[in-house]
Amino acid sequence: MSPLNRLLRRPEAVAGAFILAVLFAMALSASLLFPSDPQAIAGPALLPSFQDWSLPLGTDRLGRDVLAELFHGARTSLAVGLAAATAALFIGAVVGTLAGFAGGLVDEVLMRITDAFQTVPSFLLALAFVSVVGPSLGIVVAAIALGAWTGPARVARAEVLSIRERDYVAGARVIGMHPMAIAFREVLPNALPPVLALSSVIVAAAILTEAALSFLGLGDPNRVTWGGMIAEGRTVLRTAPFLSIVPGIALVLTVLGIYLAGEGVVETTAVRRSLS
Amino acid sequence: MTLLAVSDLTKRYRRGGKTIAAVDGVSFAVEPGETLALAGPSGSGKSTIARLVLRLIEPDAGNIQFEGDDFLTLNGAALRARRAHLQMVFQDPLAAFNPRATVARVLDDPLRIHAIASRAERPARIAALLERVGLTADLAPRAIHEISGGQRQRVAIARAIATNPSLIVLDEAVSALDVSVRGQILELLLDLQARERIAYLFISHDLGVVRAIAHRVVLLDAGRIAESGDARAVIDAPQSAIGKALVAAAPRLNRSSRQVP
Repeated sequence: MSPLNRLLRRPEAVAGAFILAVLFAMALSASLLFPSDPQAIAGPALLPSFQDWSLPLGTDRLGRDVLAELFHGARTSLAVGLAAATAALFIGAVVGTLAGFAGGLVDEVLMRITDAFQTVPSFLLALAFVSVVGPSLGIVVAAIALGAWTGPARVARAEVLSIRERDYVAGARVIGMHPMAIAFREVLPNALPPVLALSSVIVAAAILTEAALSFLGLGDPNRVTWGGMIAEGRTVLRTAPFLSIVPGIALVLTVLGIYLAGEGVVETTAVRRSLS
Repeated sequence: MTLLAVSDLTKRYRRGGKTIAAVDGVSFAVEPGETLALAGPSGSGKSTIARLVLRLIEPDAGNIQFEGDDFLTLNGAALRARRAHLQMVFQDPLAAFNPRATVARVLDDPLRIHAIASRAERPARIAALLERVGLTADLAPRAIHEISGGQRQRVAIARAIATNPSLIVLDEAVSALDVSVRGQILELLLDLQARERIAYLFISHDLGVVRAIAHRVVLLDAGRIAESGDARAVIDAPQSAIGKALVAAAPRLNRSSRQVP
């Protein structure tokens, strides 16, 4: 049975994959379905949902199309989540591999730096970083990655510590391979699976952090974000609660979908490994 | 010229406040083209010596002369370059290779690192190496875990001879193989030695195998040399207590040697 078939046998994985598929479809079709600027005024202000079928989810305080904002917001959320997680996993894997493989003083220094980052709450770190450097999509990604790389670094280091004692690493030294080549060609690829298992948690956390930053007004002002939409709707929460509820539901479903799909992938690969 | 001269090699480990000498003042020499066996019970320090000779671990005291140079003072790029002449075959051929590697990549690495063949020449070199160890070139694209244990140990030998070494350390290289494959690998090793005058430092606990392949033998016990000399003479008439115990424990020796008191 192929891994894909096994994955599709788990209902929670199917649900997660379905949500992710819808999300990707939204992000990819955003500029096709809503080619105009989602931040432009599309109709009367505060039009409730399901009233006008040209604006199915209604409009916000400034008369912007909520559905268009939702689609374009999916882009930002996914882009930030994936980019921040990729950056965090990359930094973590490199730092963890260097620390675990070099040992001694290098290990001490790198792991104390990791400790320092880990003791600061990651959201506070992101908040401080964005307030100092200024809000733009790249900075938000960097700020989130800055708080998320410590987990992957610790997992990678633990894995490398066990791998570096294996015979094939000794074998690579015997044939005269450079230590850096051993660390990154022989050791790192074999240390990756448990590190990658963290990715769904990191993507989900990154999307939530981005939403929280946007909610506080520290997101990229030139992009529609779900967190920004919730913040926007907060001022009219009593009269037009759908403005906060719609992006809120989108956020919950997205994080849920990523967790479920990630969990499904980790479970099926674990089964495969225990079978082989 | 002596190829490898080891003198007073010592390696100590600290365990729970106590210092244990895994290797304690061991000296021996290997001449070009000969096979020296290091034999002894488990815990006698023979594998530690292998790792010391290969500079995989550093000794606490002693001297290693390899090809006339002080091998212990070599470092960095000079050490990596000299490693081409000093190769190793491990006991477990599955553990000795990166689990993601293919046969071709395993053999490509030494050729690339020591600039023995250009990128274009390497596939032909890899095919020639595989044929030299009795395999066929169509094995090259296969993953290491897809081939049999005997084939894997042949690939390990092919990797070791890829850089034309003058000495190969064989650390229990045939112990994990079943008996019929073991005989073929020993024959391959003898054949390679006859053709290319490679010296072997052959580490084994099996005196039957040692008698079949080694010219001389050093018997180790608790990190010290118990006895050394011509392999057949020592195994047929061991003088030390550990030598007698090892001979008595060996199942495949002929009757006459077992009757020796």
